[in-house]
Amino acid sequence: MFDQFKNWYENRHEYAKEWKAKTGGKVMAYMCTYVPEEILYAADVLPIRVYGSHEASDLTEQHIFGMYCPFCRDCVAQVMEGRYDYADGVMISQSCLHMRQVYSSWEIHKPTEFMYYMPFPIAVESKHARPHLAAEFKIFIEAVEKWTGKKITVQDLDRGIEILNKNRELMREVYKLRLLDNPPLTGVECMHMTSSSQMVDKREHNQALEKLLKELPSRKTDRETGIRLMIVGSECDDIEFMEMVESLNSTFVADDHCTGSRAFWNSVEPEEDRLLAIAKRYLERPPCPTKDATKNFVRFHHVMEMAKEAKVEGAVIIQQKFCDPHEIDIPLLRKRFEDNGIRTYFLELDVTVPIGQFKIRIEAFLEMLRADELPF
Amino acid sequence: MSDIKRYKTEPLKCWGKAKELRAKYYREYQEARSKGGICWSGGAEAIDVIPYAFGDDVHALTAEPYAAAIAFDPEFAHKCESALESKGWARDMCAYMRNYWGSVLIDEYAFGGPFPKPHFNLQSGFCCTHAKWFQVLSLWEDVPYFNIDIGTIPFWKEEHPNRLQYIVDQMQDSIEFIEKVTGRKCDDERLIEGVYNDSRTTSLWAKITELNQNTPAPLDEKSMYSLYVFTTLDRARKEFVDFYEELYAETKDRVERGIAALATERLRLMSDSQPPWAFLRVWRYLEQFGVVSTGSIYTIGLEGVWDIADDWSLTPREDLKSRGVELKTREDALRAMADWHMRRPIYAMFYNADWKSKLMVQYAKQWNCDAAMLHLNRGCEGTSLGIMENRTALIKAGLPVLTYEGNMGDDRDFDEGRTVARIDTFMESLGLNKLT
Ligand code: SF4
Ligand code: SF4
Repeated sequence: MFDQFKNWYENRHEYAKEWKAKTGGKVMAYMCTYVPEEILYAADVLPIRVYGSHEASDLTEQHIFGMYCPFCRDCVAQVMEGRYDYADGVMISQSCLHMRQVYSSWEIHKPTEFMYYMPFPIAVESKHARPHLAAEFKIFIEAVEKWTGKKITVQDLDRGIEILNKNRELMREVYKLRLLDNPPLTGVECMHMTSSSQMVDKREHNQALEKLLKELPSRKTDRETGIRLMIVGSECDDIEFMEMVESLNSTFVADDHCTGSRAFWNSVEPEEDRLLAIAKRYLERPPCPTKDATKNFVRFHHVMEMAKEAKVEGAVIIQQKFCDPHEIDIPLLRKRFEDNGIRTYFLELDVTVPIGQFKIRIEAFLEMLRADELPF
Repeated sequence: MSDIKRYKTEPLKCWGKAKELRAKYYREYQEARSKGGICWSGGAEAIDVIPYAFGDDVHALTAEPYAAAIAFDPEFAHKCESALESKGWARDMCAYMRNYWGSVLIDEYAFGGPFPKPHFNLQSGFCCTHAKWFQVLSLWEDVPYFNIDIGTIPFWKEEHPNRLQYIVDQMQDSIEFIEKVTGRKCDDERLIEGVYNDSRTTSLWAKITELNQNTPAPLDEKSMYSLYVFTTLDRARKEFVDFYEELYAETKDRVERGIAALATERLRLMSDSQPPWAFLRVWRYLEQFGVVSTGSIYTIGLEGVWDIADDWSLTPREDLKSRGVELKTREDALRAMADWHMRRPIYAMFYNADWKSKLMVQYAKQWNCDAAMLHLNRGCEGTSLGIMENRTALIKAGLPVLTYEGNMGDDRDFDEGRTVARIDTFMESLGLNKLT
């Protein structure tokens, strides 16, 4: 049922190249899920998110100092190896310093015909962020129009919004099924679905999702759900790691990370001023730690709500080494979980994951959760 | 030895005053509350002229210099760091933040006594740690917190009206915030005076460091580290303007009279990033080879404000009064301040490695540098962004480059023996022997 998504995920570069050949359109490689994809769809440009490959590489050292996060080092390696050479444009929506470094190295060594750095507000809760961001979108639209030679109309924006919203709504429907006592999908399958949505034409993705939603509710799986887990972190597309965890009689039923729910959780609400409407969506989405910097700790509330709704028994908190924004949150977030009766397991990831070593530790964690379940 | 040129040297006359001012600054913050004044804290990029407008008895604690002061005392720093680590925070986070947090957690002020809790925290930022640093602190301290997001591209690179407006609007809100927290009213006249002062302090620092383009350099970077700090500590204060006026006059006089920072100057270096504060003696070690470190984009541009031309050449930006900028209203003052604030060269570091490389190559040209020594700083993600690309760019521009690993705030990441050995090898490759 999820083969199509898996296939897209594993062959993302081939897909993009074929898409280009088929449509004659331009491909925009982007960093960070705060990029307004609606505008790119409006311009008939295919946005594809830059991911790592989880392969060790010796290409990064001359570009990035070793205390930068494994994800961004992995991304730079991909770029230098030429795996994104088909991209016509590259853009970043201001995220952490680490991704800014990826963008910089890309610009220096492999500049494409369109390079764009979009400032994105950190103070997402400020009432001034919205008009400012809408104005940034306007500046961006002008740049894109110049690049593609095509005017972006209100109808184009509506089309972009509709494609994105549909994708979000459909994936949220799938997420509802994760709440069931016996979810008909695993965390790995879900990850293939969400991450592929960041790599392929969402119109095709939507068709695949519609098909999936017809079959998924009645799907009978031959596996037990086991311990209900949540995965929390930044770019957590480490399939091998998730597969290992789910092979130990557990299932990821919820997530908060930017290769998962955080990227698509809310939709654009219709409004006369389309750019203000899109801005609102990005400012109000479940925040990445870099955008959650007030005493309200909005991110923690959201994560806790998700965990409760999905009846999560344990949370696996994944940390990319050297990622300050997440590192700052983690001890406080763990405490939030524990205060709410949910045990946490903390794991620091590098580009490649020593699965064997982690397996023993995860087993111990799951054992502990099972012991918690024993009725006395 | 005898054919080595020797310049005249003199100690800086205003050195003692700098020490006094610094001690007074930390004391005033500590005593503000008990004296009925206001104390607040924020980072070096916080727009400190805003609290300044609330009275002469409003005193700030600037986070980074405070954390650097902690780092200068490794024993105290270790206490702070281990307090944090024992609570589960990672050792590789921003070292300044860790030192500051630790000092709050153990409730010890680096200058004696318990940590003086501020009435509020006011921050500004573009590094992804800036805002979160004070988010957590404000939770622990249970004090109100306001963050002015200045994460727009520096105005010397790109200007758009919405970016300026966004910052100004938040500044307006921060005034309301302080009024609510303190029960005081913002004094607009004082705000205007503070904005002029701020621009004067930061323009003067640019002018002072520009004088280091001369040979011999009138200032060495180790001394500059003790002098630049006033641009980060309540820079709107008149006493800091006056101090820089004095320092500027003295440095100019040194240039005119050929007074050197280092008598045996024969190679001019540029550096990068914050230094490992517990090991400033490395700079003295360099002097044994006749090497003077002239400064860096960090030293001149963290708070110094410059005009950056299309060819990346750097000229100190004249302060607002000298530019004939008239400030009549609060709005005028805030707009002028926001615009001024966003013209620091340091912002290049946080956005784009290529911009920083261009500035560094330009620095090498204008400051007549023969080589570069780059600190691969494990303590600061911000200033190490793109540093390996900068290294390549400098080498391409023909400059020999030495890199060394360290940490500005945590001495456990710095290997002094190894660094000295690297310096020895580097000097040998440049054909320099120790002079003593
Ligand atoms: S893991 Fe952290 S540092 Fe790395 S890209 Fe993500 S948010 Fe940035
Ligand atoms: S990482 Fe560097 S730039 Fe960022 S807050 Fe820390 S010291 Fe400042």
